[in-house]
Amino acid sequence: MDFNGSDTIPGPRAEDQLPHTAQAAAKIVIVGGFGVGKTTMVGSVSEITPLTTEETMTQAGIGVDDNFGSASKTATTVAMDFGRISITEQLVLYLFGTPGQQRFWFLWNGLFEGALGAVVLVDTRRLEVSFDVMGRLEERGVPFVVAVNSFPDAPRYAIEELRAALDLTPDIPIMECDARRRASSRDVLMTLMRFLHSLAMTGSRA
Amino acid sequence: MTPPQRQRRDLAPETATPREGDGKPGNPERMYVVAGPDGERAELDLVTLIVARATDPPPSASPEQAALLRLCAAPLSVAELSAYLHLPFSAMGVLLTELLTAELVQARAPIVRKARSDRSLLEAVMNGLQRL
Repeated sequence: MDFNGSDTIPGPRAEDQLPHTAQAAAKIVIVGGFGVGKTTMVGSVSEITPLTTEETMTQAGIGVDDNFGSASKTATTVAMDFGRISITEQLVLYLFGTPGQQRFWFLWNGLFEGALGAVVLVDTRRLEVSFDVMGRLEERGVPFVVAVNSFPDAPRYAIEELRAALDLTPDIPIMECDARRRASSRDVLMTLMRFLHSLAMTGSRA
Repeated sequence: MTPPQRQRRDLAPETATPREGDGKPGNPERMYVVAGPDGERAELDLVTLIVARATDPPPSASPEQAALLRLCAAPLSVAELSAYLHLPFSAMGVLLTELLTAELVQARAPIVRKARSDRSLLEAVMNGLQRL
């Protein structure tokens, strides 16, 4: 982009600025298929209007230098919406809404490694799109809870029926939510935090 | 009606992801490192907080650097900087490495999940969420 007019690059609004006391940030990822409501959930609890960051990679997937002058290579761009919640004057929590595909994980590997935990957002009309992502979270030892975004025309299943279908152990929380509602999305995050807390108490799982 | 049944995946070799730093081209964007709180080298993360050390960019700063320095007069995450500057995360790494080397910005390392979770951190987050 053209930075010559860098004076005019829009930054955070004055009320969106973090205090100078902000010492560290943690992150949570909200994963799920396209259209399942990830950005809606991020937006309903975020104190800022959700922003978008992206990453690009050529198909070859190697060093940046290779990209110049080789128009034949196809660039893959993956965008990610995120929001923010100030927890204290010192601590900030970021929420990243992330697609579940393989290529995405390849690109954003570190995102999941460092996240405190994940919310797998599912739509019962397309439950199967979340199967792969749960497998990858399990393989990497990222603790997660499952939130069913209740769309009006979606089939409703009993939680235990979903647990059996998703092949999840009894300790993993599964809950219904309405991602459009702040209180409901907050409850999902609270459930994740309580789950992480219980893991910390029992010392199980990385 | 019964929901579709998930089949657990076998840990086949092709699903094994390349580990960081093993020289494989698995993680091209994670080549940048910053000093962590104890002087160890930490990777630049999406939620590393960046703060400008001085309010006015030096005359030598490039337009990109000047734009970034103005944005992070107050702490701002790398993800937010990337969004406002419309630059991909990997490009942020290049830009921030220059600014960190020139000591024009300060990086505040993120909190990452550890083998043993920090309970007081989780409790602080829960208290914060309750106030939402």
